[in-house]
Amino acid sequence: MTAYYLKLAWLSVRKNPLLTSLMIGAIALGIGVSMTTLTLYHVMSSDPLPQKSDRVFAVQLDTWNPDDPYYERDEGSAPPPQTTFRDSMALMESDIPTHQAAMLHRGFAARLDEDGARPERLSTRATYGDFFPMFDVPFLFGSGWDRNADDRAERVVVLSKRINDKFFGGEDSVGERLMLDGAPFTVVGVIDEWRPIPHFYDLNGGDFDDSEELFVPFQVPISLEYHADGSTNCWKPERIESYQDFLQSECVWLQHWAQLDSDAQREEFQAFIDAYALEQRKLGRFGRPLDNRLSDIMTWLEFREVVSDDNRLLMVLAFMFLAICLLNTIGLMLAKFINRAPLVGVRRALGASRFDIIRQHGVEVLIIGVMGGLAGLLLSWAGLIAVRSWYRGYEYLAHLDPAMVVSAIGLAVFSAALAGLYPTWRISRIQPAVHLKAQ
Amino acid sequence: MLNMQDITKVYAAGLIETHALRSLNLEVKSGEFVAVTGPSGSGKTTFLNIAGLLESPSGGRYMLDGEDVSSFGDNARSKIRNEKIGFIFQAFNLIPDLNIADNVDVPLRYRGFSGSERKRRIDEALELVGLSSRRNHLPAQLSGGQQQRVAIARALAGDPALLLADEPTGNLDSLMARQVMDLLEEINARGTTIIMVTHDPELARRAGRNVHLLDGQVSDFQPLEPPPAEADDDDGVRSVA
Repeated sequence: MTAYYLKLAWLSVRKNPLLTSLMIGAIALGIGVSMTTLTLYHVMSSDPLPQKSDRVFAVQLDTWNPDDPYYERDEGSAPPPQTTFRDSMALMESDIPTHQAAMLHRGFAARLDEDGARPERLSTRATYGDFFPMFDVPFLFGSGWDRNADDRAERVVVLSKRINDKFFGGEDSVGERLMLDGAPFTVVGVIDEWRPIPHFYDLNGGDFDDSEELFVPFQVPISLEYHADGSTNCWKPERIESYQDFLQSECVWLQHWAQLDSDAQREEFQAFIDAYALEQRKLGRFGRPLDNRLSDIMTWLEFREVVSDDNRLLMVLAFMFLAICLLNTIGLMLAKFINRAPLVGVRRALGASRFDIIRQHGVEVLIIGVMGGLAGLLLSWAGLIAVRSWYRGYEYLAHLDPAMVVSAIGLAVFSAALAGLYPTWRISRIQPAVHLKAQ
Repeated sequence: MLNMQDITKVYAAGLIETHALRSLNLEVKSGEFVAVTGPSGSGKTTFLNIAGLLESPSGGRYMLDGEDVSSFGDNARSKIRNEKIGFIFQAFNLIPDLNIADNVDVPLRYRGFSGSERKRRIDEALELVGLSSRRNHLPAQLSGGQQQRVAIARALAGDPALLLADEPTGNLDSLMARQVMDLLEEINARGTTIIMVTHDPELARRAGRNVHLLDGQVSDFQPLEPPPAEADDDDGVRSVA
């Protein structure tokens, strides 16, 4: 019978294309707006490291000014999101974490070791070798570097796939040389496509920034006395006359992450950083009540308000808009179905049960839902293209993934079914005797 | 085939009750061709709706083909309508978007027959009414008489025990009306019980038995003269205080 109902639904769709188009259009509009918003929300709030996000922690040390909170908002008393150089270096001495890495962002001018080549300034992350296993960074060729390379500030570099394609034609470039800021660096690894969204480990440049093109040992820019390109916040009036003064200052400018695989390990590391803070307090530092934090990735993203309340409000509004579209669809569907009452009366007289009528109209409702869903997907796609072109930083964010495509169709069918519930029930309850005479 | 005892039908609208049928008693034997006549408002259509299980009686007992169907629920009534009753309407009531064969197919679909069985029955029914060659036409492409013959084919395709015809020739000219009546007589001759509601005394005379309704009851009075032509039959109700 399903094939028969599909045929009847198709005949009905064809018979009144304007009314059908209005219904499909109403559903599509609601789906398009809500799915565009939902897609952005879904990607913004997604877990960038789902396999271990509960074991990887952002480290926050409360070195900030005791008299003036870091944040203006509710979390005024919370520790700053970045660390000082000397605190990070002290933490790096601990062997409690499975992996840990201090890091900073900096641009390096890169070129091949050829005369006349024009250098290109590339986004570079200076970090420890633990960065790669801690964040499960996939490698195409080679690997990261070891702790010795960190300690000796070895001039080694890991390339992104794009840069390896550009400079080395996609070949295995491990062992090749690349000039960074005029100095030779040896390629030790090439990573595969890797773009964690959000860019959780450093939210300074934008929550949804692309990942870096180059990775070098943390001590390389330090040895070159480089500052970070990201945010540097200082609160203490200090005499900073040299780079060494800066490194020993209370300025926070580094990101610090640690992998702690068990509760015991986490508690041990928490105890370690608290003990360190208390020790430092004796030197006149850490003047605020003890509040050093280890935040797993999702807690961290929530703390940093990667998904803002505005985004949530926007999503609520989008779904309210969908509800309005559905109310319109209910009205249109009711008009269409009730107009058909005489024919339903004939079918009932010829032996159709109420359930047969419900199934016939239910199939039609589902067809309208699927068509509305497909049209809604097109609108979502167009909406996301518009978002990408209007807002910088959303380039890698505004994409429909397969899960969202399935969700869009599912939501459309569910919405259409919801909209069709009352009209279908009404048409199944008509008294055939009344309508047969009226035909 | 059909036995109604003390059937009543009361329509209530607020404080006003309208008695459409009052203690109606009627028995129709298997194979009979009965014409039901009566003035406008006498309850003919209400009787036909109850006989066809399109409405439930307010009281009384209705036996159809040996079964007490008076208190059947909606699903059971739908099943009996589909399996035992064929309907022919004054306005033909064909489904305009479906071609002739698909119109005849409608009751067979709800019966759950296989595709081959449905095709056989459609072919036979269209053959019987002489419209095999028009099976792919839409109703709008046929004359009124042809449309009524399609409706008859649709009513017969499920091989019902009882055929209910509500003014089957009311929308046809005299020639087409005669053809339709010839067809109904032929169907009756094959053993199908027919109950036909009509205003037309000439058509009523062609039935085997006439039942006259008056004020919602079967009347012993048979009009000697044909009643004046009436424009339309309302729902067959008469208001009483």
